[in-house]
Amino acid sequence: MNSLQILLLVLLAIFLVLYVSSPQRPRRAFRFARWVLLGMASVAVLAPFVWLVAAIFKDKTVLNEYLFFPPLGHWSLETMNLDNFVELFRGKPSIQGTVHFWQYALNSTVFATVSTCTQLFFSSLAGYALAKYDFRGKGPLMIFMLGSMMIPQVLLLAPIYEMAVDLGMVDTLWGLILPHVVSAYGIFLFRQACMSIPNDMLDAGRIDGASELRIYFALVMPLVRPMAAAFCLVSFLGNWNAFFAPNIFLHSQDKLTLPIILNLYVNEYSADYGVFLAGTALAIIPPAILFFALQKEFISGLTSGSVKG
Amino acid sequence: MQPIASGRETSSIPPQPSGGAPVARPRRIRQLYTGWAPYAFLSPYLALTAVFFVYPFLNAISLAFYQTNGPRTRVFVGLQNFQFLLTDEVFHTALWNTTVFACASVFLQLPLSMGLALLLNRGNDRIKGFFRLILFSPNLVGQIFVGILFGVLFTPRYGLINRVFHALFQWGLEERWLDNPNLVMPAIVLTSLWIWVGFNMVYFLAALQTVDKNLEEAARIDGANAWQVFWHVTLPSMRHVVVFVVIMSVIGSYQLFELPLALFHENGGFGPDNSALTVIGYLNFVAFNSGDLGLGSAVGWVVACIIFTISLIQIRIARVAKE
Repeated sequence: MNSLQILLLVLLAIFLVLYVSSPQRPRRAFRFARWVLLGMASVAVLAPFVWLVAAIFKDKTVLNEYLFFPPLGHWSLETMNLDNFVELFRGKPSIQGTVHFWQYALNSTVFATVSTCTQLFFSSLAGYALAKYDFRGKGPLMIFMLGSMMIPQVLLLAPIYEMAVDLGMVDTLWGLILPHVVSAYGIFLFRQACMSIPNDMLDAGRIDGASELRIYFALVMPLVRPMAAAFCLVSFLGNWNAFFAPNIFLHSQDKLTLPIILNLYVNEYSADYGVFLAGTALAIIPPAILFFALQKEFISGLTSGSVKG
Repeated sequence: MQPIASGRETSSIPPQPSGGAPVARPRRIRQLYTGWAPYAFLSPYLALTAVFFVYPFLNAISLAFYQTNGPRTRVFVGLQNFQFLLTDEVFHTALWNTTVFACASVFLQLPLSMGLALLLNRGNDRIKGFFRLILFSPNLVGQIFVGILFGVLFTPRYGLINRVFHALFQWGLEERWLDNPNLVMPAIVLTSLWIWVGFNMVYFLAALQTVDKNLEEAARIDGANAWQVFWHVTLPSMRHVVVFVVIMSVIGSYQLFELPLALFHENGGFGPDNSALTVIGYLNFVAFNSGDLGLGSAVGWVVACIIFTISLIQIRIARVAKE
């Protein structure tokens, strides 16, 4: 018997006592069970994060000695220090000269930000056009667009790579950004969001003499803000954490993004997990900030595309 | 998902002319602008799609019939790539592993997501938001990070997961999850649960909020138990979202690649006896490590066909179940 098992037994006992005390109306017992189950799920989800935070400050030698943090009495510079970060920020010599961690962070930031912004702008523009204009060829275009969403991206990766070699786009961030400047999925989501904008509103703008582009910026975009926020986050997460395509496209040390270089830390540079984990913890911060900032819009935007259906 | 809308549905009603103004005037304003604006707005998409989708797509069709050695040299081989896939045991293993994972996603991960969504649906909005935030948070971490992180958590004797299993069931402290071919798939599934249960829960939770409470109440008064209410009233009311999430899960499962690659980075994502190899992992290996983009395209086509077929079957099942 260990403490974890005892805790579970106690929780089970409380549930049974609550249930037996009023079997006619077992609501209290079920409410208790609900909180316990949700609590356990949350603990299971959060435990790896806590472990990660503990691991990055622990010295290499005691990484496995303590499960999470060492007991307070054992805290010293031998057990808890910033060695992992020191190693992470130390420049790596390469053919392209010494490359520092901030270079990878910058590459990731440029790639993710530029991709997200262009995807947001061009996808919303096209989605708005599909939702609110009548024009020749619209029906076939919609079918083509929805059909293209069914094709897995990996199928196109080999030919796109071949084309990138021909165009000289391999080993550049542009080669990664250009193929995904606009996303069919984004167009679909923005089309759904724009459908609910009343036409009268757009026409009122036209009568007031606003240009079509002005209407898009001043009227449409503010109205589809929740979807824009949700799409921003999804797009940023996808680009920030992208591994498959960057791993194939980027070769020079000074052009690598965070997932690629951190993967190299465990694969090619002597399996240094402490340094990898420190880098991972830092790499989670930007998406986490964005997520907390856009949380409310994100949930409503993410689900509106599917739930309305 | 939304059915494909016909063009008519979106045509706007011209604004009501005020007073005695001629009807034609506001209409003409619309038509004047519809002339160029939609084409201009769509032109970036059309141009980029032509270059980065249509052209590679057509190329992918032909590439599957060639053998290439790196991007430069190619030889026409007809159907030999597909014949090779029919006989290659490594590919069969990869296909089998991926299918097992897809089944685990649909039959283990989604019910868990649904269960959590049902538990959470009773709470008030602030509590809902709090738990949703926690349960969604693993999605902020890239798969490559999660994979390597969990590789450490699965360490024999010291790993967090090994210790938790030992504490709960007195089992598994010394278990080598990542070296034992029988435990490889459970390890991948366990990791994927950590990432995606919360993600799908967000969808289910949003859908549950649109279910008509009166309908559920009526069923309860008629004497249906909790399970019957869920199965006959709640689930059918949110079937659009369920179909959407199931299809997205299957598509995602067949594209699984980065997670096993990171978990088993020590042997290139293959795992012991290829037990962690997925179809996309296989594609990555033949196309980009061995340089045969033609064979890679052929694998891509097989994956695309599988995804397409399964999606069609699911849409069909959903339609039959509705009637």
